[in-house]
Amino acid sequence: MALLSKKDASLISDPLADNNPITIQVLGICSALAITAELKASVVMAISVMFVLGVGNVVISLMRNVIPSKIRIIVQLIVVATLVIIVDQVLKAFAYELSKTLSVFVGLIITNCIIMGRFEAFALGNGPWRSFLDGIGNSLGYGIILVIVGFFRELLGSGTLFGYPVLGDPIEKTGLYALGYENNGFMIIPPAALIVVGIIIWVQRSRNRALIEEA
Amino acid sequence: MLEHLELFFKSIFIDNMVFAVFLGMCSYLAVSKKVSTAVGLGAAVIFVLGVTVPLNWLLDQYLLRDGALAWLGPEYADYNLGFLSFILFIATIATMVQLVEIVVEKFSPSLYNSLGIFLPLIAVNCAILGGSLFMQTRDIPNIGLAFNYGISSGIGWFLAILAIAAIREKIRYSNVPAPLRGLGITFIITGLMGIGFQSFGGMLTGDNEPPEESAPTTAEVKQKEEKDIKKEIAEDDKAVSYNEVLNK
Repeated sequence: MALLSKKDASLISDPLADNNPITIQVLGICSALAITAELKASVVMAISVMFVLGVGNVVISLMRNVIPSKIRIIVQLIVVATLVIIVDQVLKAFAYELSKTLSVFVGLIITNCIIMGRFEAFALGNGPWRSFLDGIGNSLGYGIILVIVGFFRELLGSGTLFGYPVLGDPIEKTGLYALGYENNGFMIIPPAALIVVGIIIWVQRSRNRALIEEA
Repeated sequence: MLEHLELFFKSIFIDNMVFAVFLGMCSYLAVSKKVSTAVGLGAAVIFVLGVTVPLNWLLDQYLLRDGALAWLGPEYADYNLGFLSFILFIATIATMVQLVEIVVEKFSPSLYNSLGIFLPLIAVNCAILGGSLFMQTRDIPNIGLAFNYGISSGIGWFLAILAIAAIREKIRYSNVPAPLRGLGITFIITGLMGIGFQSFGGMLTGDNEPPEESAPTTAEVKQKEEKDIKKEIAEDDKAVSYNEVLNK
């Protein structure tokens, strides 16, 4: 990539796998799991977080030299809350049904630990452009996990993707259902998300054994 | 009185902060390595939820919701400041946490020593903001119930972190597959416990709010069967953890 130096490019690529915010840094799980029963909600959530984290990182990075360190948490919270209000109002205006599905979880982006974590760990010590890349990279890493979890939960749980039936019709018994396939209702209930993420962690750490934790 | 009891048990078991809506997962995973620290954080969460939910209820009732400003005079009656709720709620929480920290430090140094280090963490715990936001979306009718809701969802969170911390202390001696060690197995155990807690859904008595599932379809019946099987596994887990808590 000519656009980005190698160091800058790693800001985007690292969080996608080996420094993933959810599976490695253990940040932002709070709002990630509850909305992944459908792929559509996962994608919207990922985009919202990308907006908030990208813009927020730039804002905090620009202000990093004027924020007194004692009150920085409150300053950060106000910046995030403002951005989240924008996201919430846009969703309510253009995707009302979806904003009903996401309900309080849009608001909970404010306390999403990824955001505070990246502000503290990166934006307070780096320039705006690098902070922006870091924000995009981390929210992409977050988004990938959300989309993977959403994909499996929706496919196995309701047999649809983005609301379109891809495995045939369960009532008319077409497609796979003609062969006796059944939807696994277990995937729809909230705890299934935890187990899917657990399995993702398992697969990832089996492939890259350097990530294994000491017991 | 009955509605208080119902809300109390409902928020502890059925709408458990951790197992039903995944709130406060970050600190739940990060601070659950030892039972003693888990107890400290859990107590701080109960305390802060008990303070902030009624406060935010007052804000919501007299400042934010549609027509809430009517007490200022008829010309203010059609203002709806609902869009400001995120920023006001989080400001209230951050301020209260600092205030609570100062007050506790002044008047009860021993309590401060046990809660102290956890209080700053709590301002960014999703369970706290989530408590206020759920209070708003569920239209909790009066301040007594709001207080009850705050305390009882705090207790639900406390129980969850206590149980997982006890399990994690014991699991250190088990032979977990290497890639699952630490984070992975914690996720899976939490999932199993969550399935166990789902079974409390049947506890809901004659209520004014219909249960979330509509008429059961075949898929749901099947889901129920599977739930029952998994429940047994999860309950074994829980039984173990409760025994450990008793042993302490």
